[in-house]
Amino acid sequence: MIELLDIKKAFNQNRPNEYWALHGIDLAVEAGKVTAFRGPSGSGKTTLLTIVGCLSRPTSGRVRFKGEDISALPERFLTDIRRQSFGFVFQQFNLIKGLSALENVILPAFPTGRPRAELVARAGELFERLQLTHRAQAKVEWLSGGEQQRVAIARALINDPEVIIADEPTANLDTALSMEFMAILEGFTAAGKTVLLTSHDPLVVESSAVHRVVGMRDGRLIGD
Amino acid sequence: MNPWLEKQRHLIDFTLASLARRKTRNIGLLVAYTLLVFVLASLTLFSNALRSEAKYVLAGSPEVILQRMVAGRHDLIPPGYLEQIGRIRGVQKKEGRLWGYYYDPVLNANYTFMARPASEVADGMIMVGEALARERGLAKNNTISFRSYSGKLFTFEVAAVLSPDSELLSADLVLLSEDDFRRFFEYPEGHYTDIALSVANPQEVRNVAAKLTAALPDSRPILREEVQRTYQSVFDWREGILLTVLAGAILAFAILAWEKAAGLSAEEKREIGILKAIGWETGDVIRMKIWEGLLISLTAFLGGFLAAYVHVFHFGAAVFEPVLKGWSVLYPKFALVPAVDGLQVATLFFFTVFPYTAAILVPIWRAAITDPDAVMR
Repeated sequence: MIELLDIKKAFNQNRPNEYWALHGIDLAVEAGKVTAFRGPSGSGKTTLLTIVGCLSRPTSGRVRFKGEDISALPERFLTDIRRQSFGFVFQQFNLIKGLSALENVILPAFPTGRPRAELVARAGELFERLQLTHRAQAKVEWLSGGEQQRVAIARALINDPEVIIADEPTANLDTALSMEFMAILEGFTAAGKTVLLTSHDPLVVESSAVHRVVGMRDGRLIGD
Repeated sequence: MNPWLEKQRHLIDFTLASLARRKTRNIGLLVAYTLLVFVLASLTLFSNALRSEAKYVLAGSPEVILQRMVAGRHDLIPPGYLEQIGRIRGVQKKEGRLWGYYYDPVLNANYTFMARPASEVADGMIMVGEALARERGLAKNNTISFRSYSGKLFTFEVAAVLSPDSELLSADLVLLSEDDFRRFFEYPEGHYTDIALSVANPQEVRNVAAKLTAALPDSRPILREEVQRTYQSVFDWREGILLTVLAGAILAFAILAWEKAAGLSAEEKREIGILKAIGWETGDVIRMKIWEGLLISLTAFLGGFLAAYVHVFHFGAAVFEPVLKGWSVLYPKFALVPAVDGLQVATLFFFTVFPYTAAILVPIWRAAITDPDAVMR
């Protein structure tokens, strides 16, 4: 479903502080499975996820999504693909303070021009599935860490994407909440979604919900 | 609903929610902005209304007034001048006018005495302006005495108080018969203060003035358009003085608005990053911020302009009245006729709404084109 061909990524290229985060990554990600990237800080896991999720472009190399080369697409088309096909769960959740959980969840669907009633109904289903209905109208800063993460998950699912990208999803959660997240993860695969996540939490990478673990170090893959 | 419209609705909803999240800061800005528009719009509306009023009032005045000059000073029109003017082509009507000023020590005010034909005001009777009647406590059938400049006492009966509609012109006016006027001021028979001329064709007014100067070299024709221009200049000058005084306030607001519009907080930058990461295009972010700028500036413009309209046309522009209207002991009370100049409104709109919205765009554009992966790092 997703193919990475010789992906390289440099930051501050041609400047004194040039830094190569990825050194030629070749990888194929299977649809409907959970793939975890494991590695120490600075190994390039997050950079790789941003490239796969169309949040940034590789310095060189190609990204194929469902057979189509998306690495050279203009920003507008990349944004379209990102909105329709990828849902993100960030490490810091990145919810917008001052807005309710419901408002945060329906935000990614605003550019689609879908009617508000339809978005609210879809958010209601997601809240129900994530057992968060009672907190829908609460401002996100009033929610606990676990609740915030579930809001972030609902937001990632509002446009019904095929791929979920989660960056260190359990980094800010205790064991109980991490277990809860893994249960949600199993629900994703049951629904046929492809999941890519980064983690160095053994609870995640050793879980049966994860189908494949890819090791990374210094911007290179170090084997499955 | 059309998806494009629905999308704009979503953007406006989000913008309103964003504004509500920074309530204190945005309300402060809105109040300052509205106040600025209010002051500028009041000034514009009031000056424009006064100009219209002056134009309207002067529309009924004669096209040309002829004064006689002696040693560069205004002097009486001697007998025979009226007959000479009669021969100039284009002059439709001519009338010798008698008027003068009378100082009343009771009010420390000057009145304008003007003679009218006996058919309008009988001997021994006067008609007085509303402001004068108010200050001297006069009503119809009351009597009032004036001591003339020669020391003789004259008593008149008030035949009528002039209509309040004409108060701008008639506040200090006393109308009396020609015979009473000549007796009161000991005005020589056959002489007039000036001559009023009606010229039917406006294109001919300057030609008539040139002919008058040629026929009566010691006279000075004053054209209605010159009087109008003088009034315009007076109001322009007063408006300019007020604008100069307000320049500091305008500048202070400009700095405040620029700071608010141009400076993006770290929180706002982070939010833009999040919006882009979750699927908003750069254009969506910019559109959302344009909506924000428009909502603030349009609300301020409409609020400020409506408040200014009410201030000027319902409360007589209480704030600017002393500076813009001028001063007099017998102050005319008059309600301004609502007059709004479209071009002035457009200018005000352009100079208040446009700069703010434009100031928003540059920093937003810079923030919005950054890569959305910043939120992952």
